[in-house]
Amino acid sequence: SLNYVVFPPTEKERHLRANDRELNLSYKYADNAIKTSKYNIFTFLPLNLFEQFQRLANAYFLFLLCLQSIPEVSSLPWYTTVVPLVLVLSMTMAKDSSDDMNRHRCDKQVNNRKVEILIGGELQSEKWMDVQVGDIIKLENNQFVTVRMEVIKVSAEGDKVKGETNLKVKQALTVTGKLEDSIEKLANFNGEVRCEPPNNRLDKFTGTLTLNGETYSLDNERILLRGCTLRNTQWCFGLVVFGGPDTKLMQNCGRTTFKRTSIDRLMNVLVLNIFGFLMIMCLILAIGNGIWEYQEGSKFAAFLPKGVNAPFSAFLTFWSYVIILNTVVPISLYISVEIIRLGNSFYINWDRKMYYPKSDTPAEARTTTLNEELGQIKYIFSDKTGTLTQNIMTFNKCSINGKSYGELLDFSGQRVEINEKTEKVDFSWNNLADPKFCFHDNSLVEEVREGNPEVQAFFRLLALCHTVMPEEKKEGELYYQAQSPDEGALVTAARNFGFVFRSRTPERITVVEMGELVTYELLAVLDFNNVRKRMSVIVRSPEGKLTLYCKGADTIIFERLNPSCSNLTEVTTEHLNEFAGEGLRTLALAYKDIDPEYMEDWKLRHHEANTAMDEREEKLDALYEEIEKGLQLLGSTAVEDKLQDGVPQTIEQLSKADIKIWVLTGDKQETAENIGYSCNMLRDEMNEVFIVSANTAEEVRKELQTARRKMTPDGTEEPTVKKSRSGLFCLLKTETVADEPVNGEYAMVINGHSLAFALEKDMEMELLRTACMCQTVICCRVTPLQKAQVVELVKKYKQAVTLAVGDGANDVSMIKAAHIGVGISGQEGMQAVLSSDYSFAQFRYLQRLLLVHGRWSYLRMCKFLRYFFYKNFTFTFVHFWYGFFCGFSAQTVYDEWFITLYNLVYTALPVLSLSLLDQDVNDWWSFQYPQLYTPGQLNQYFSKRAFVYTVLHSGYSSLVLFFIPWAAMYDTVRDDGKEIVDYQSFALLAQTCLLIAVSIQLGLDTHYWTAVNQFFLWGSLSVYFAVIFTMYSNGMFLTLISSFPFIGTARNSLNQPNVWLTMLLTSILCVLPVVAYRFLRILLWPTINDKVRGRGSTHLSLVRQDKVLPPAPRRVQARRTSTRRSGYAFSHAQGYGDLVTSGKFLRRTPKSRPALFSQTDSPLAQTQPQSYRTISEWEEPPLSP
Amino acid sequence: MMAPSYNAKEEDGHQPGATGHGGAGTMTNKKPDNTAFKQQRLPAWQPILTAGTVLPAFFVIGLIFIPIGVGLFVTSNNIKEFEIDYTGVDMSSPCYNCSQSYSWNNTQSCTCSVHFSLDQPFESNVFMYYGLSNFYQNHRRYVKSRDDSQLNGDKTSLQSPSKECEPYRSSDKPIAPCGAIANSLFNDTLELYYIDPNGSRTAIPLVKKGIAWWTDKHVKFRNPSGNNNLTVVFQGTSKPVNWRKPVFELDPLDSDNNGFINEDFIVWMRTAALPTFRKLYCIIQKKPNNMTPTLPRGEYILEVTYNYPVRSFDGRKRMILSTISWMGGKNPFLGIAYITVGSVCFCLGLVLLSIHYRYGKRNNSAEISS
Repeated sequence: SLNYVVFPPTEKERHLRANDRELNLSYKYADNAIKTSKYNIFTFLPLNLFEQFQRLANAYFLFLLCLQSIPEVSSLPWYTTVVPLVLVLSMTMAKDSSDDMNRHRCDKQVNNRKVEILIGGELQSEKWMDVQVGDIIKLENNQFVTVRMEVIKVSAEGDKVKGETNLKVKQALTVTGKLEDSIEKLANFNGEVRCEPPNNRLDKFTGTLTLNGETYSLDNERILLRGCTLRNTQWCFGLVVFGGPDTKLMQNCGRTTFKRTSIDRLMNVLVLNIFGFLMIMCLILAIGNGIWEYQEGSKFAAFLPKGVNAPFSAFLTFWSYVIILNTVVPISLYISVEIIRLGNSFYINWDRKMYYPKSDTPAEARTTTLNEELGQIKYIFSDKTGTLTQNIMTFNKCSINGKSYGELLDFSGQRVEINEKTEKVDFSWNNLADPKFCFHDNSLVEEVREGNPEVQAFFRLLALCHTVMPEEKKEGELYYQAQSPDEGALVTAARNFGFVFRSRTPERITVVEMGELVTYELLAVLDFNNVRKRMSVIVRSPEGKLTLYCKGADTIIFERLNPSCSNLTEVTTEHLNEFAGEGLRTLALAYKDIDPEYMEDWKLRHHEANTAMDEREEKLDALYEEIEKGLQLLGSTAVEDKLQDGVPQTIEQLSKADIKIWVLTGDKQETAENIGYSCNMLRDEMNEVFIVSANTAEEVRKELQTARRKMTPDGTEEPTVKKSRSGLFCLLKTETVADEPVNGEYAMVINGHSLAFALEKDMEMELLRTACMCQTVICCRVTPLQKAQVVELVKKYKQAVTLAVGDGANDVSMIKAAHIGVGISGQEGMQAVLSSDYSFAQFRYLQRLLLVHGRWSYLRMCKFLRYFFYKNFTFTFVHFWYGFFCGFSAQTVYDEWFITLYNLVYTALPVLSLSLLDQDVNDWWSFQYPQLYTPGQLNQYFSKRAFVYTVLHSGYSSLVLFFIPWAAMYDTVRDDGKEIVDYQSFALLAQTCLLIAVSIQLGLDTHYWTAVNQFFLWGSLSVYFAVIFTMYSNGMFLTLISSFPFIGTARNSLNQPNVWLTMLLTSILCVLPVVAYRFLRILLWPTINDKVRGRGSTHLSLVRQDKVLPPAPRRVQARRTSTRRSGYAFSHAQGYGDLVTSGKFLRRTPKSRPALFSQTDSPLAQTQPQSYRTISEWEEPPLSP
Repeated sequence: MMAPSYNAKEEDGHQPGATGHGGAGTMTNKKPDNTAFKQQRLPAWQPILTAGTVLPAFFVIGLIFIPIGVGLFVTSNNIKEFEIDYTGVDMSSPCYNCSQSYSWNNTQSCTCSVHFSLDQPFESNVFMYYGLSNFYQNHRRYVKSRDDSQLNGDKTSLQSPSKECEPYRSSDKPIAPCGAIANSLFNDTLELYYIDPNGSRTAIPLVKKGIAWWTDKHVKFRNPSGNNNLTVVFQGTSKPVNWRKPVFELDPLDSDNNGFINEDFIVWMRTAALPTFRKLYCIIQKKPNNMTPTLPRGEYILEVTYNYPVRSFDGRKRMILSTISWMGGKNPFLGIAYITVGSVCFCLGLVLLSIHYRYGKRNNSAEISS
């Protein structure tokens, strides 16, 4: 949580003048220094204490402490409360101080970064914190921006490359753009800016710039936000508009909501109930005291000091019992819960199986308070690109002239599984080949090199028909900048097969064809758009031959083929189906020779249309349509949108664990569907895949209803809504929509447009019901906001735990909205990771995070809570029973020291080791049986019911623990005739019985006995005996007489056989019913856990954990032929045709040219072809955890 | 049925050189350590409640508990105990008069003789207890009302006792020993006479030493040091209000048994846990010649100097004669409890065994549904 200065609401409008510090300072705008830290050395103690006592638990214990200071009420000495309280406070303090120190360090780092500011006519290197509103600063490529500024001039004219997610083109106003990078002109720049006051809307900005009497409007296009990184430009000058706390990033930061787990909420409710219960107990005892005082105490007054009247005595006793019985809500509960969560978070960070060696990224638990919720996930919302897929396109297969390439067959004609070890095609004959390109079918290379004309034409087409921009930094080192990764993959394929696209001008394309430099004249680019679903180029070869090359969606191309191709079309269609069945993205390629005369005519008309003032688009379309006819089919390509490793397996595992996975993607429907099929979320054997893509609200409703009725023909029209209340004091109203039974497997694909309607208030229920009945839900073309809305919808009506996983900035909203946000630390920058709770490098680690870590964390937390409540209730109830035998006088059963140390020392470590180390079954079995995950989703291990069971159990135990010693010791004496039933001996007996009983119970609850558990359990018991012998020793007594009055009790009691026999009896009696019950339960109603545990114990000795099962096949490739296929080598944006032909991008000086592609990490040089971006926002780490 | 699990072997880091490719990655390797603890692979024993372990445990517990119980029960039954209530509630009771007329401030002592007969001889050492019922020695205000420093002989506390002792802290001078516990010291005197068959009365020697815990007598309770003459030591203090004699005159017969280390006093100061309790009064040591029992069968008289008022709170006073065993005084509960628990255990074992035979097979073969 950040606390920053909220700007006084008085600021209606911001006014500033460039290069005029005096004027700007007079407005007293916030400067750019950032302060996210909470404390300094002097304020730490008071502020932190103040904050800590705002927590209910701490305040309660402070209240108890006050009660204890009243002698009439005090039933326990001060240290029983002070010791735990101080311990808890100091631990929290230590944690807070280290957090705050980190923040200080972070602030310092940000504030002291260097930036060049234009001061007094020259650029000076200054710290960011000294930047003032109104300064002009210079930023360089890849630099972080930590102010919000207006762009004055960007070096390279903003190239229009727009990335998929978070790339923003920022361009300066023309008038300021003219300033170039001349320091002189900039220093004289005195434009005045008037704009909106600070706010947190990221996507909007309104303001004006007044320069030389003229006013220009400023919008979001001209603004750089704090937190973004400059890309693809050498430098940028800007005017600072907002500083530090006023920036939009900082205005947004404070919004992060504090996530709590459902166990947390349940615990709060329980604690509240326990308080109520405590009050009832105290009330009963107080009434008992009143009656006792009235009947007995008044007569007993001769013996008793300070006899008081019965009602007043009852009143005092009430508070005395509040103190004594406070152990039902022990303060150490909260601290232990935090420690357990922290420990389980560390396990995630330490897990080598979630470490990704390729990028040296271990998994990271960024939030340490949500672990157990990982074991209760019911819905996963996943992004597609970069999360399920690697966002890498590879040219995988092709079909040329009716022959399919790319498949490996062995001698018998069987397909060979292609994996990393398969021999790759050798491209060393081609010195321009991309070394990263892999292909396995040698026959295609042979054909190309033999000069097969169709194959050559195929690759020539790929080398010519595209809008890729090349970059050649060194001779022979080519990098392609493609508008879509598919296109890059295709051009790269052509490059490797000997048709190297080398360079282009608006009029020419230079290609190296099998080692020969050939220059084609580019006559026209018939660009791609969503309706056309194809693109063509018309080129003139050096020989003067005119050819139109076209590539596009197969259905579109097939309509435009010359009838002579029908045979070829059939074969190609077959291949296409095959490719599509494997989940590949396909394109059909065709060409056509053009008559030069016709071309002349067409070109004229094209020019006319191009310059027409009205209906230009339509006219152009008609022209394109006219010329793209009678094409000759060349073949088809198949590009693989590579899934990340193990994605289908992970999804299968997760769905076996009864987790529903919804994919929310910004991609087009076809892409999304395709991925759905390739990662097994959509299957051909599904009863039906509903596609909701309507254009009006009514149609959407109808489609949803139709789908629902189909799934449950006899279902009710109205949803079954269970209304209940939850939360503290039951103030929260919740509505839960019940799951409805469905026959068969269905899936739903809904697009963003329909989703917008479906998410309306009146239709959301319909959407939710239909979607929840489906096995798989895919939402495509959704906006980040919609992603969050979908998550919120499920959260609201399903009361289920949700997890969102994504890698890009567009996933941030859903990551924040979901109960748990997981960031894939991939190529898309860091923003998703930074707003996530957990992060790792590969989607498949999700199964380990949930099925292993989540399950264990949940199990451990539940075990811990059950056991913790058990041991404390048992402890406390004994006091309650004793009340009936001591005149309800709030006399404790145990030694005061025992009360102080019980939770802190005697039982702390064993229960911690239980809740940090326990595993019901190991990770291997957790993967084998994902069903083991379901108890968490159903809240089976710790719920109100489990809690009541725990209370009853401890009720029984406390009865045994009080009445057995009572009866065994009644009127008896030592073996030398002396006293044994004195208060001190009885206290010792009762507390020892209790400790042994709860230790045995702990043993019963422990499923995984490591040396640590043993050590802590036996260690704690030994410590107990050591402590009592020490505390009850002569030395201690003589040093501090009033604190250790129990002198000699241990020696005199523990040498008595009947004392030990009593302990044995109580232990056995406490354990016996539990063992019998558990044994019967396992025997008669075994849960899946019991079965797996049973199996595990018998097999584990045989199967060593680390060498079980050969690795499963890397990819279970479902071979299906499907009519469903998609051709889209193009992303959904308009192509770059204009840019290519306008030549605008080439009109820059040779010096600045490398700037556009100056990054050494050129996309194709790496395996990440599509991080083309100008400015990616939010690269800066947020300033608070 | 077996789920195809993605066995991510490469991620486990067993592949040699897998990390070396990251260029500088080898140096700044963030790969977590491969320790059993961090990878949660600590060797562990995973006990399961199976028929093979639970059923034998039940039978073994049953078989162990029953003999123990029988042993305890027999031992307890062999202990001879005789108890007589001398509160004097009934008109017929010899102490009726004393109990009626008595209050704390009475200076006149009242004596009564209670006749009783023992049906069986008491062998070995016999312990004589006084028992009080409905006496809340465990009441919080009562338990608190003492000053351990004073009782340990601390001189400052002797002169200014702890506040906990209020209102028995000082009268005009500081009270020693202060507090409600000391103030309510049991002050009946009990004497035991054997009536020979020929009618003559023989006083039975009662040993009043060795009735308190050694630690209490030697560590916890001490007289203020400095002077052997307790009168001088306790100068400047006053006796508790209810006492007849000051603390240094508690035992007129034995000067070493006076002051805070008076054993009767120490025994009383070890407050009881329950409202019904017995406290050791004295020991009747067995005869040296061993031929005759310590207390032979026959008629006895208990001479009570009736000082202690209990009628006001419906209390009862008892005199108990008891022998002891290795397990202490007579208490049949443990024996019965052990026998019961043992048999329940055994029966439960049988029941569980039969259930196991009936249903266990079915579940063993049951597949885990995938």
